[in-house]
This record gives sequence, C-alpha cells and structure tokens, in this order.
Amino acid sequence: MMQLQQRQSQSMVMAVLIPVLAALVALLLTALPLMLAGANVGEAYQQMYLGVFGSKFAFTEMLTRATPLIFTGLAAAVAFQARLWNIGAEGQLYLGAMAAVWIGTGLIDGPAVLMVPLVVLAGALAGGLGMMGPAVLKTRFGADEVVTSLLLNFIILIFVQMMLEGPLKDPMGLGWPQSMPILDQAALPKLMDRMRIHAGLPLALICAVIAQIMLTRSTWGFRVRAVGANPAAARHAGINVNRTLLGVAMISGALAGMAGVSEVAGLKGYLTSDLSPGFGYTGIVVAMLAGLSPAGVVVSALFIASVFVGADSMSRAMGVSSYLADLTVALSLICVLVGGFFGRFKVSFAKKATA
Amino acid sequence: MDILQIFLNESFWTASLRIATPLIFGVMGALLCERAGVLNLGIEGIFAAGAMAGWLAVYLGAPLWLGVGAAALAGAFFGLLHAILTVPLGLSQHVSGLGITMLATSSAYFLYRTALPDVTSPPRITAFQPLDTPLLSDIPFIGPILFEQTALTWLAFLCVGLVWWMLDRTPLGVALKAVGDNPDAVNAQGLSVYRLRFAAVIIGSSLMALGGAFLTMSAFDAFFFGMVNGRGWVCIALVIFASWRPGRALFGAILFGMFDALQVRLQTEAGAIIPSQIFLMTPYVLSIIALVLVARRADYPRALLQPWFKGQR
Repeated sequence: MMQLQQRQSQSMVMAVLIPVLAALVALLLTALPLMLAGANVGEAYQQMYLGVFGSKFAFTEMLTRATPLIFTGLAAAVAFQARLWNIGAEGQLYLGAMAAVWIGTGLIDGPAVLMVPLVVLAGALAGGLGMMGPAVLKTRFGADEVVTSLLLNFIILIFVQMMLEGPLKDPMGLGWPQSMPILDQAALPKLMDRMRIHAGLPLALICAVIAQIMLTRSTWGFRVRAVGANPAAARHAGINVNRTLLGVAMISGALAGMAGVSEVAGLKGYLTSDLSPGFGYTGIVVAMLAGLSPAGVVVSALFIASVFVGADSMSRAMGVSSYLADLTVALSLICVLVGGFFGRFKVSFAKKATA
Repeated sequence: MDILQIFLNESFWTASLRIATPLIFGVMGALLCERAGVLNLGIEGIFAAGAMAGWLAVYLGAPLWLGVGAAALAGAFFGLLHAILTVPLGLSQHVSGLGITMLATSSAYFLYRTALPDVTSPPRITAFQPLDTPLLSDIPFIGPILFEQTALTWLAFLCVGLVWWMLDRTPLGVALKAVGDNPDAVNAQGLSVYRLRFAAVIIGSSLMALGGAFLTMSAFDAFFFGMVNGRGWVCIALVIFASWRPGRALFGAILFGMFDALQVRLQTEAGAIIPSQIFLMTPYVLSIIALVLVARRADYPRALLQPWFKGQR
C-alpha cells in the first residue's frame, strides 16, 4: 500500500538536486530516440557536448540562445508564482519585437544612449499590454487566461504577418515579408568581435536579479506569492488580488516583450514572422526547471540553450533530426514535474496492517 | 448579396462539416477528461501525435482503419502519461498538459523526420474518400452535404451520440460526472476515483488523437509541421463555451466550422480591399469572444483541476 506524507519543508538541497537530477534523467532518456534513429549514442552525446563547449564560438552561441530564454523563463516564473497562467509569451515576444522595429527603423532618430533604452522600453510596454488583455478578461469577466493567452499567440502571429506585408514591410526587401533593418544606433551592441553575442544577455541578467530581489525581498513579492498560494486568503488579508494579478501580467508580458526586442535588435536586425522558434513556450520549461525562482531561471536557460545548440550541432554532424532537442526539453519538463512530486511528498510502501 | 449566395451553396455546408470534424473529436475528448475533473492541455500535441501515427501507419502499408487504430493508440499512450502525472501524483494539470503537448508534438516531428530524412514535399497517402451513399446522396442540397463526407465525419457524429448516451443514460456516466464534481462522494460509494479518472483521460485522449488523424487521413492526405495550428486550443475553448454538454459542444464545433468556411469565402470575395490576415484571425478572435461571453455563467465541473488523494481529506 503506497502512502504519501507531505514533507514539512523542502530543503535547499532538494530544491537544487531535483532539477539537476531531472535534467540528467531527461538527457539519459534522449538515448532512446537516438537509438531509434540508428545513431551511435556515445558519439551523439560527444557531438552535443562539443557543440556547446567545443570552441569559444560554440559557447557564445549557447549564451546567445540562452538570452531570449532567460527573458521568457522569467516571464513564466513571475506569472506562475501568482498562479497567473501566462501561456502567451510567444505572442508577447512578437509584440515586443514589432514595437522595437516600429521605433527603431527610423520613426525617430537620436544617439544610441537615447535610442537603445527607448526601443527596449517600447518592446517591454508592448509585451506587457499584450498580457494585460487576457489578465483583464480574467479579472473582469472570469475568462480563463490559459485559453485566451494561447489563442492570442495565433492572432498576434497572423497580425505580424499582416504588418510585414503592409506598413512594416521593407520596400528594399526584394518582396520578402520582412521589416526594414533596425538602425545601428537603435541596435543592442555586440559584446565580442566576430561573435553574435549581444547586450541582450547582460540586460536579461539584470532583469533576473531585479526579479529575484522583488519576489523574495519586497512586500510586492510577498503579495504575489500570497495570491498564488491562496487567492481567497490573500483577499481576506487585505490584498487587492485583481490589482496584484494585473501588475504581474504587465511585468510578465514586459519580460516576454524584451525577449522579442533582444532577438530583433540584438541578433537578427530585422523582423520576420519566424523570429522565434517557440521561445515563449520553452520559457515555461525554463521556469519550471528553475522551480519558478528568477535566479534559477538563468541556470536552467543555460541548460536548455545547451540542449538546443548541442543538438543542432550534433544534427549537422550525424544527420539525426534536430527535433531531438525539443524532445529532450519536453522530457526535462516531465522529469522535473515528477521530481517535484518526490520533493513534496515522502512516499513509503507499507504492508497492509493486519488488524 | 454575395453572402446569401455563400449560404445557399452546398459546398459551404460541406466545408463547414469538414472543418468541424476534427474539432468534434477534440471537444468530445476534452469534455470527457474535464467531466472527470482533469483538464487535458495535452490536446494540441495529441492532435499532432494522432495525425502522425495514423499517417505513418497508412504510409507503411496498413489499411486505413488500422491507421485510425494506431492514432487512437498514440492518443491513449499520451493520455495514460497525463493521467499518471495528474491523478495519482496530483501534479499541476496545466503544466503537465503543456508538457504532454510538447512531448507529443516533438515525438511526432522527430518520428516524421527520422522516417523520412530527405523528403522536402510531404508524401501523400490514399486517404478516406467521400462516401457515396446510394439514394441518400441524391437528396437535393442535404444529400451531398451530409452523405458525401468521409467515414471519419460519421464516426465523429457517432462519438457525440455515444458520449452523450454514456454521460446521461448510464451508471458509468453518472459516476464519471460525480468524480469531476465530488470525488469524495464517489469514493464513499466504494468506487475507485483513480480508475474512473484514468479511464476518462485515456479514452478522451484517444478521441483527441482521432481528431488529429482526420487531418492527415481525410483532410490534407499528408503530414506536415504545424498542421494542428491551434485546433486543440480551440477545442478547450469550445468545451467551456458548451458548458461541458456534448450536444452544445457539437453545435459549437459546427458553428466554428461555419465561421471558418465563411472566412475563407469572404477572403476571396473581399481579398482585394481587406488584408486576408484579418479573415484568418477571425476564428481565434471569435473563440475568445465566445469564451468571455459564457465565462461568468460557465458551469465548471466543481473538482476540475483539484487533485484527489486516497485517504486524505
């Protein structure tokens, strides 16, 4: 007979050990699809490792890939702490990117000290407003934000395509649906010569630090966690639940919007409708692996980025489909969920007592 | 006016039913899971897995109905996984469901790429053909609309009837609804909460997978990336819109099919003046509006999202 006993408190060791074990198990389970594809499993893992740590370029590529994931991971972590299910980070990312392109391709001009903050703020604002929609529908009308924020992703992506064939289209783009390039003075500066790594990374790290302090050390963070733990009790304690949720929505959306700014103004330089290969959805895995802690998000974003960059490189070398990375990421989420269960409960198998 | 002509044309109604069919499977599946108290956000990925499994089986030479079986089996597998995570382990149904969607989608894509590494244009299969029912197909207007659909559309209608009959007319249905409203009462009667929830989630997920199978085996005759395109999420919205009732869910799915068919036709009519994307957005926008309209009155299964542990109150 299986018996569950809730643990009194979760130790720090468990909080770190569980995600690490989950990530390892997910990496091990990846051997199954590798075998299915007929690949030499050992060589595949080695190629993945080299794809991340094999050269300075490979390592900076991993950091470049981690940048949007830190933003979207933070977006999910902040929202989920308040039990606000923002599944719309993908759409908010595109809203942020669109705002950055709108401002940064010539609408206004000025020196970089002015343009860069302006582009970042515009993107954050656009993303934040993008999540305000579902949040208002939830607080005013009781509409489930999971479904509305998910459906909004599809609407926003179609809207991006419309803008890229209309007002935002680059007349010099040879007919391709892409925006004009972001002005040099509005772009996030590169961090190293001949590498793609850009100022989006330090910006993401600063956001993580601020989010960590706000969530763990401020009264606002206390309110957010109270609303997430038990909205009715929070209301009794005098917390304005709706106002807290709207604030969380704004911040969560703004973080997702900054992922879009970072990709378009730091990496790609112009907007296309395939800017993000699902960074918004992957952010959910990043946040869950991090146990919804902003500091943890940085670490888990580095892990997930390593999986993607490593699998891409392995895929090129060995011809195994790079969808393998998505499989590993999904497995990590499932593993950390199961791990969290064993963190919260003590499972004991007692023989049925003979009375 | 042109709009009237659209409605008078039988091709509009045939298309509406064709677009509605995968949604009918999907809403019935989601409804079963949620009636038992388990939200299944795995639906979007289970659609992809069903589409892939059905297509692959037929591509490898299996008869069509075996392909349907393969799809249902794939759905059952991911349903079992979701049930394990959410029922005895009681993990977050939201996050587990999203995890299932990611796992099922990436499995489908990976399998497709592994089976066909070098193919650029997706290979087609000989899919289900429209039925040609003697006599009935010859009824003017109604005949072609109803009786020249593929067998899977009829299977979808059959499923609605079965789900309705099971929920409303059998003791099993009573128990299933009770487990979504008040699992303690079900347990007190000596029934197994776990067993009922497992059954609902596994069978519901199989139905979702049949919705995916319709896409590859009756609508597009091929598998391609991104083909599910939010249909699963629309189903989750439709179930709320239908207040968890099979009849209303069928109505909602057909209504959605009509709007989608209408938007395609309006696109060709007004494409020169209004950007086509405006029309493409409408089905999603309407889903959100429908959700907002019913949200306050929605009659949620009372134990939806609530984990239940044996021997713990």
